[in-house]
Amino acid sequence: MTEISVTLNGVETTVAIEDRTSLADMLRERLDQTGTRLGCEHGGCGACAVLLDGMPVRSCIVLAAMADGARVETLEGLLEDPIIAALSKTFHELHALQCGFCTSGMLVTARDILRRHSAPTRDTIRKELSGQICRCTGYVGIVNAIEAAGRDLASNEADKGTETAAP
Amino acid sequence: MKPAPFAYHRAATLPEALAMLSEGDETAPVAGGQSLLVLLALRITGFDRLVDVTRLQELRACRETDDTVFLGAAVTHAEIEDGQVPDPSQGLMPRVAAGIGYRAIRNRGTLGGSLALSDPAADWPPCLMALDATLVIAGQTAERRVPVRDFHLGPYTTALEPGELILGAEIPRLPEGARWGCAKHARKSGAFADSIAIAACPAPDRARVVLGASESHPRQLAETSALLSRQPTADESALRTAAAADIAEADPDADAWRRRCHLATVLKAIREARR
Ligand SMILES: Cc1cc2nc3c(=O)[nH]c(=O)nc-3n(C[C@H](O)[C@H](O)[C@H](O)COP(=O)(O)OP(=O)(O)OC[C@H]3O[C@@H](n4cnc5c(N)ncnc54)[C@H](O)[C@@H]3O)c2cc1C
Ligand code: FES
Ligand code: FES
Repeated sequence: MTEISVTLNGVETTVAIEDRTSLADMLRERLDQTGTRLGCEHGGCGACAVLLDGMPVRSCIVLAAMADGARVETLEGLLEDPIIAALSKTFHELHALQCGFCTSGMLVTARDILRRHSAPTRDTIRKELSGQICRCTGYVGIVNAIEAAGRDLASNEADKGTETAAP
Repeated sequence: MKPAPFAYHRAATLPEALAMLSEGDETAPVAGGQSLLVLLALRITGFDRLVDVTRLQELRACRETDDTVFLGAAVTHAEIEDGQVPDPSQGLMPRVAAGIGYRAIRNRGTLGGSLALSDPAADWPPCLMALDATLVIAGQTAERRVPVRDFHLGPYTTALEPGELILGAEIPRLPEGARWGCAKHARKSGAFADSIAIAACPAPDRARVVLGASESHPRQLAETSALLSRQPTADESALRTAAAADIAEADPDADAWRRRCHLATVLKAIREARR
């Protein structure tokens, strides 16, 4: 067992893990952060996306030990985030989820898309989302919701003048 | 999908990493883990110990001269995509980087890891071959340089000796105005390629066209490259004939569908380079 420390959703957290433990298993099984889902457990589906030092990663193919000393954010820690708030609203309104299994990974990824591209086109959204698998919706609602959230954020931005929305 | 137990060690210095790797073949380097952790989870491979090389300053370094750019092995695909490291290639490398997997993969996966793995369908091996890059490789006692064209020996097989680490790639600069094209065919964006072709033309009379995603390792297409160098405006039917012959040699076991994928990517890459 190895002891590691991460700043999980802003809270300094120390946990003893086996070296082979994935970041996803540590989050779900040791730290009760079950908002992070596990689909394929080998990097293929995107359900397990979390932020590591601010960047999305697939937590099933990052070792917990690799995150030692880093900042980790799961969806639970992003509920106050303005982009996640905008996305939650449009996901709800535009039927971007059915069973919800893929949704945490979709939101974490969609937030990153909207941070890197302001008001992205549908083509950009589809390309950027190609690694996130959803077995229910057929994706159309998800693409609509990200497009709408992008528009909402861009128009809020315009209203606010030069202030930036992304933290 | 849980890997068998192993020990993980984050190396602090290059000598420490090389010493651990020299202790036997049950120790492997790990960089982004975006291939190795998948293979371990699927239990396709197994090691007793992983040595994390991503914090080694030698592998994070980038150096520029008038003629070359050295990119450390632990530079990530996303850093190349975003232009956070110098680009020797007039935009070719950022474009190739953006097509590798998905953003979450690119945030972790590294140039050196991709080259060392030598997956036949990977993007960096054909790209760095077309750019005529040279790898700098460290062993416990000495450093050596291996041109990328001599590095990939077959599927998942390279010139790396046990215990060696790739420090990085020295990439000749494409001069301003140099032309290039790249084309990747895959079932969906971000997936591994069914075919990938890169054309780099450092000068109007010097073209290197490389094919990747064959059954084996990437190859420079000799006839196509020679024709394009000799006759930069060669018509497409001549190029098609040369490319078909080269493809038959580069990927002899390809079925008809795969050969058509290859021909399509090669011609598309050349078209882009000539635009
Ligand atoms: C869903 C998914 C999609 C992907 N799609 C693509 C794609 O479209 N195109 C593509 O090219 N790749 C793709 N990849 C692979 C990705 O690019 C990997 O990042 C890359 O193959 C390996 O880099 P890594 O840093 O993660 O290496 P690791 O997984 O850490 O290591 C890979 C191998 O290299 C060795 N190694 C690592 N660093 C060094 C070094 N410095 N010296 C010597 N040996 C070393 C390791 O021991 C291991 O054998 C994909 C991966 C996933 C999970
Ligand atoms: S569970 Fe991590 S990518 Fe599928
Ligand atoms: S909503 Fe069920 S998998 Fe996406």
